[in-house]
Amino acid sequence: MSRIHDVGGMEGFGPVDPADDGLPFHPDWEARVYALNVALLRQGAYRLDEFRDAIERLPPSVYLDSSYYERWFAAIEQLLGRKGVLDTGDG
Amino acid sequence: MTDHADAGIAQRVRALETALEGRGIVDGAELDEILDRLLTGATPRNGARLIARAWVDAAFRDRALADAHGALSELGLSMDHGPQPQLLRVVENTSAVHNVVVCTLCSCYPLSLLGPSPSWYKSAAYRARVVRWPREVLAEFGLRLGDDVEIRVWDASAETRYLVLPRRPEGTPRCTEDELAALVTRAGMIGTAAV
Repeated sequence: MSRIHDVGGMEGFGPVDPADDGLPFHPDWEARVYALNVALLRQGAYRLDEFRDAIERLPPSVYLDSSYYERWFAAIEQLLGRKGVLDTGDG
Repeated sequence: MTDHADAGIAQRVRALETALEGRGIVDGAELDEILDRLLTGATPRNGARLIARAWVDAAFRDRALADAHGALSELGLSMDHGPQPQLLRVVENTSAVHNVVVCTLCSCYPLSLLGPSPSWYKSAAYRARVVRWPREVLAEFGLRLGDDVEIRVWDASAETRYLVLPRRPEGTPRCTEDELAALVTRAGMIGTAAV
């Protein structure tokens, strides 16, 4: 079964908005989310495939309503929660 | 998104960063270094150097098409900005073929050669439509191709990224390699514009 991220060829989207302000990140938090993800991948908190899967598992309504880096943040929160990274104790 | 919602997520991101720093899982200086490296090292000027060299040196062009990584290393460039190794393939525009790159599933992109991707590259509209209606989507970018030009759409993946080698602009036979590199645009290397 395809998930919502698999949009190639899907109908119903309007024209592409080709505007580009050239900024890599918009609000500052987007940059922090980017950097957190690289740091967490680097030290093995989760793997890149797991990160991608976490984004792709988002419910379609959340996926479509979220901005790009909102999806990233939701995926990071889910992965850290699932793996107990922020649980108390060393467990 | 409203300003209010944005303030909410900004606080949540800050709280998560603080919690991770408090446990020694990440540190703020490392995050700053990651962003600094991205913003200063990953730019379209890198990709433009490869394109300009390919325009002035036919043997280099052939090597870039056959083995993009070898060609990059000749220029002191690499694909190592991402969190895992990535393959690169260079695809060449001709009078008969125009190439354009998308990542239908997400946003895969040769970050180290093009810098952070434009918003539209990550938009659902581009991802959904360019694979099915490429001629129409390119027209939305202002690029109108003749019906005799074949359009090839390359769907990037986590493992393989693509870079378009645009056609060298006419009227540039006397330009130096550096002057040519200055003409190369990010959109040209994605394939949504000619150079």
